Amino acid sequence: MSIPILFFAYFAIASIVLSLIVVTRKNYIHAVLWTLLLFVHISGIYLFLNAEFFAMIQMIVYAGAILVMLIFVIMLLNVKHEDHLSDLSSLSIPKVFFVFCALGILVLALQASYLNTTGKFSIDFVNTFSDAKLLGQVFYSEANLPLIIMGVVLFVPMIAAIVLAGKRSDE
Amino acid sequence: MILSIIILIIEVAVVLGVLLLHVAYAVYFERKILGHIQARLGPTEVGPLGLFQPFADLIKLFFKEDNIPFGADKVLFTAAPVIVVTCVMTSFSVLPFAAGWVLANINVGLLFVLAMSSLGVYGIIIAGWSSNSKYAFLGALRSSAQIISYEIPMGIALLAVLIMTGSLNLSDIVYAQDKLPWGMFIFPQIIGFFVFLVCALAETNRTPFDLPEAETELVAGYLTEYSGFRWGLFFLAEYSAMYVMSSMLTICFLGGWTLPPFLTNLLPILNLVPGIIWFLLKVYVIMFFYIWVRGTVPRYRFDQLLKIGWKLLLPLSLTNLFIIMIIKKVFMP
Repeated sequence: MSIPILFFAYFAIASIVLSLIVVTRKNYIHAVLWTLLLFVHISGIYLFLNAEFFAMIQMIVYAGAILVMLIFVIMLLNVKHEDHLSDLSSLSIPKVFFVFCALGILVLALQASYLNTTGKFSIDFVNTFSDAKLLGQVFYSEANLPLIIMGVVLFVPMIAAIVLAGKRSDE
Repeated sequence: MILSIIILIIEVAVVLGVLLLHVAYAVYFERKILGHIQARLGPTEVGPLGLFQPFADLIKLFFKEDNIPFGADKVLFTAAPVIVVTCVMTSFSVLPFAAGWVLANINVGLLFVLAMSSLGVYGIIIAGWSSNSKYAFLGALRSSAQIISYEIPMGIALLAVLIMTGSLNLSDIVYAQDKLPWGMFIFPQIIGFFVFLVCALAETNRTPFDLPEAETELVAGYLTEYSGFRWGLFFLAEYSAMYVMSSMLTICFLGGWTLPPFLTNLLPILNLVPGIIWFLLKVYVIMFFYIWVRGTVPRYRFDQLLKIGWKLLLPLSLTNLFIIMIIKKVFMP
């Protein structure tokens, strides 16, 4: 076995093990920190696909910003260790429904992907340009409209946050 | 394969060794300059001119009592300083000190430094939370708010550099500046330079933005419960982070290891000086600025800090970005 395959095996297995650890922690802060380790491993997998830009964005956006926000919220709300949440008896119909919906989406996504076929953006093709350049070209030429829609979707919660904050200061 | 790995390990060891020596003397440098600003002499007792003071401090820190507070999360309490130091030290692997003098010449070096500086905030949050102390916790919350807020104008200031260069590789950024007749990016983007300079002060928790460890209100912020060698690791990380930020300013705005072409045309003998000398000279000018600011400017209040970040630096960095986009489109097609 060559060294790259061994490295990939480590990153892949570690990601699975780490995600299992994350969902079984009882202390929320510990769970978030294991998630941080998981994100670092996921960005390692991106590096194997020659997607350096994605790896770094994963670190900056998910590990550096979103997870810090999460840890901030957990600390400010001062959540106690709620052990009864892990109890199976607390399962409700909406929860089960939501889980099955997520599972259905996963199955559909797997059906849509075909194994052993290479699309336009193979690893070698990405390697000839840099992936940051390719991403820019795709975003601003082919996928122009989805990008704008995405921007609008992300803009809505920002307005909501400002409105909520404004209401609080009036009181 | 094995040989190249061994060579790489030796290179890493050499860079780290030189870096640690620089950090040790940065402390001496700071105490001397602060002393002279305040009409004192600074350290004079240990060795000639007090030159062995850093080693005396190091030995003192090593033999101090290592104290873990009651009720602290032991694993995280010991992990926090290690996380901070690792994140800062890893940034040095992508910084080019002279032409070809870089450990890992990766294509996303600029983003790598940003990612590492944003991961460093975890060490601080964990340190504050695991100490089981109110002062430490408040310091950690302030610090995370501060670092996240100041990362945004810093990123946008770097975005302007990126537009001028068209590459995320730090060596390419220096070569792109070398092609300009004045040899530095500070020129069209003086606003970006200013924004980055202020953000660098905030990101490394230096005065006037050292609110996480504001002595008069928070005892020592997230460092309150740390003692001995663990405290020393935080100290090491702070000074190494100063070097990272100074190096980034040098590479992105001051032309890295190169000199402006008009100077080398005027005095061709300057070409004989190795690039690392120019690099270190520029880095130390910025380090001096850091210490100068600490000796002169008082600390901001927390609301003032956030106001500066969001209401002053963010619009300024966006203005800079806009100007640079026009310059790039009109003058450098």
